[in-house]
Amino acid sequence: MLKTISIYLNENPTLRYWIIRPEWVAVILLIISIISSIQLSPFFADLAFIMDSATPYVEYGLIAIILTLIIISGEIDLSIASMIALTAVIFGTAYNAGLGMPISMLIALFSGTLCGLFNGILVTQLQIPSIILTIGTLTLYRGIAQSLASDFSLGGYPSWFIGIDYRYIGIVPIPVIIFTVFAIVVGFFLSSTIYGKQLYLIGTNPQTAKYSGIKVDRIKLLLFTLSGLVCGIAGVLTTSRLAVARFNMATGAELEIVLMVMLGGTYIFGGRGNIFGTFIAFWIVVILRAGLNVARIKIESQLTILGAMLIIAIILTNYIYSKSQK
Amino acid sequence: MTLFDKFLRIRELGIFSIIVVFVIVAAIIDPRFMTLDSWRAVFLAIPLILVMAMGQMMVIICRHVDISIGSILAFSAIVIGLLYIQFPGLSLWLSLIITAFVGLVMGLINGFIVTRFNVHSIIVTLGTLSLYRGLVFIVSGGRQIDRNDIPEHVVSFSQTSFLFSIPGILIFSAIIVVITHLVMRHSVLGREIYATGSNPVAAHLKGINVTKVTLFCFGICGMLAGVAGLFYASRFGYVNPGVTGVGIEFIVIAGVIIGGTSITGGSGSVLGTFLGILLLGIINVALPVLNIPGEFQKAIYGLIIVVALALDQLIIYRMKKLSGGINA
Repeated sequence: MLKTISIYLNENPTLRYWIIRPEWVAVILLIISIISSIQLSPFFADLAFIMDSATPYVEYGLIAIILTLIIISGEIDLSIASMIALTAVIFGTAYNAGLGMPISMLIALFSGTLCGLFNGILVTQLQIPSIILTIGTLTLYRGIAQSLASDFSLGGYPSWFIGIDYRYIGIVPIPVIIFTVFAIVVGFFLSSTIYGKQLYLIGTNPQTAKYSGIKVDRIKLLLFTLSGLVCGIAGVLTTSRLAVARFNMATGAELEIVLMVMLGGTYIFGGRGNIFGTFIAFWIVVILRAGLNVARIKIESQLTILGAMLIIAIILTNYIYSKSQK
Repeated sequence: MTLFDKFLRIRELGIFSIIVVFVIVAAIIDPRFMTLDSWRAVFLAIPLILVMAMGQMMVIICRHVDISIGSILAFSAIVIGLLYIQFPGLSLWLSLIITAFVGLVMGLINGFIVTRFNVHSIIVTLGTLSLYRGLVFIVSGGRQIDRNDIPEHVVSFSQTSFLFSIPGILIFSAIIVVITHLVMRHSVLGREIYATGSNPVAAHLKGINVTKVTLFCFGICGMLAGVAGLFYASRFGYVNPGVTGVGIEFIVIAGVIIGGTSITGGSGSVLGTFLGILLLGIINVALPVLNIPGEFQKAIYGLIIVVALALDQLIIYRMKKLSGGINA
């Protein structure tokens, strides 16, 4: 049976290309996790419960979408979690200095953009491999946040600002709507515009892309800057949700964000992947985390499962690509 | 070749002069820095990081990075701590062997995934970083190993020894550094590590078993992180699953990179790494003396990593230009 299928698929490369895709793994995993969660607790059949448990991860989801673009273009940004903390701390500091809410927000977004720009300039101008550079800036940004905020929690925001996760449209919390709209916009951009196609080209072969007239460096610079900007937005959203800003917020978030991208079937070496996969993977992480919490597994012990999933996701994605696109 | 280029070529000289300048400036600002006590603090702060840096240096020379070492340290420290609760009479040598073995296994798991599935090591070890940290919590049940759980002869290992009462961990880490130097400089295996790092494809064609060399590097890196776990238990007298070894990997990587080990692989030396770690140790002790709050430490380390990376890339660029092979 399996043999006949594989022979049939070998004879139809187009069909094979569509059937053997890592995104389907994400979809299957999502279905499995939903079914097993419903076995665990009937609350998982309730859409409102899932929506509510999604809100803490929306910030990570937003960044995961931009990170998908960066990984498709063959780079990576690991300083994301530190940028969330830094922008949140800068936001809190600015507001507590009496700058008013709109200006504080602008400063937070601007500082995030600046951090991203710094990453981008070092990667594109000095040709430092982004994976190791962002390890450095990860420490740097977190350190700056710590120098700014010390060990204090920066709070005292007006009540209209706090608790964006408690505002709903229907049963859907506002952050989830932001995330979905953002995913659709970026997904459209990636799949249906010339700029999106250029990202795939850059990721597949940067030299060829350069010689075919694509401004590789400028696009990469833009992506890193965009990543910083989105981290700024995420920083403000997190502050709104938690009502305080601390230097150690979003510690270890790189794991979950990279996990979302990898589970979604984005190829770690660039050139392949899509937003749909990341969007599905976001919900897998949400349901997994909620399920583990319901099963009363400690947050720290959950790290084991997330770490193992990251490794399995990479191995599986590599395997599937080696099978489907020889 | 200008004088500047020659200066850049001898990487150890560069870092050494930075250390000298830093020490002089610190000593002028506050003479307290030159007392025996603060230098004792410097040399008590570095053995832990130095031992891990030796392994990390091998991995980086081999064109990989292992960021899971902090979790490996925590795991081996927890394992040895739990063993001490059961068997308080466990000898130091036996605990060394146990922690080394625990670390070796975890390092080999990293190495196996990296070599077998050909995935970038930072992503793999980002996964195992969390995986091992989770294991630490599972094994310990989230409880801390307290001061009174760790036997006296283990604590004294980090305070005194038979040799002029120099702390035992200092002697032991010095031995590890010397052995690493001998292996890297004067053994076939060491040269194979350099060859693998500078060009894996050519190394493979030359008949070097690249997989085996990479596995060796990851194994040793894990093993030394495991040994550092014992050092941690001995030096600090407690092991906390949520605190022990968190973020230490970035300090280690910072030390290795500022020591002149190139992240593109194939170059780096034990002496440079030692000087890099020494600089970090001096900064660590000098900050309170210079009245700089401890919160700035992480930012300074981060800045050092980024500057060292930029400098490293600048040197590579100039080298290429000198050898006439630059076209991109």
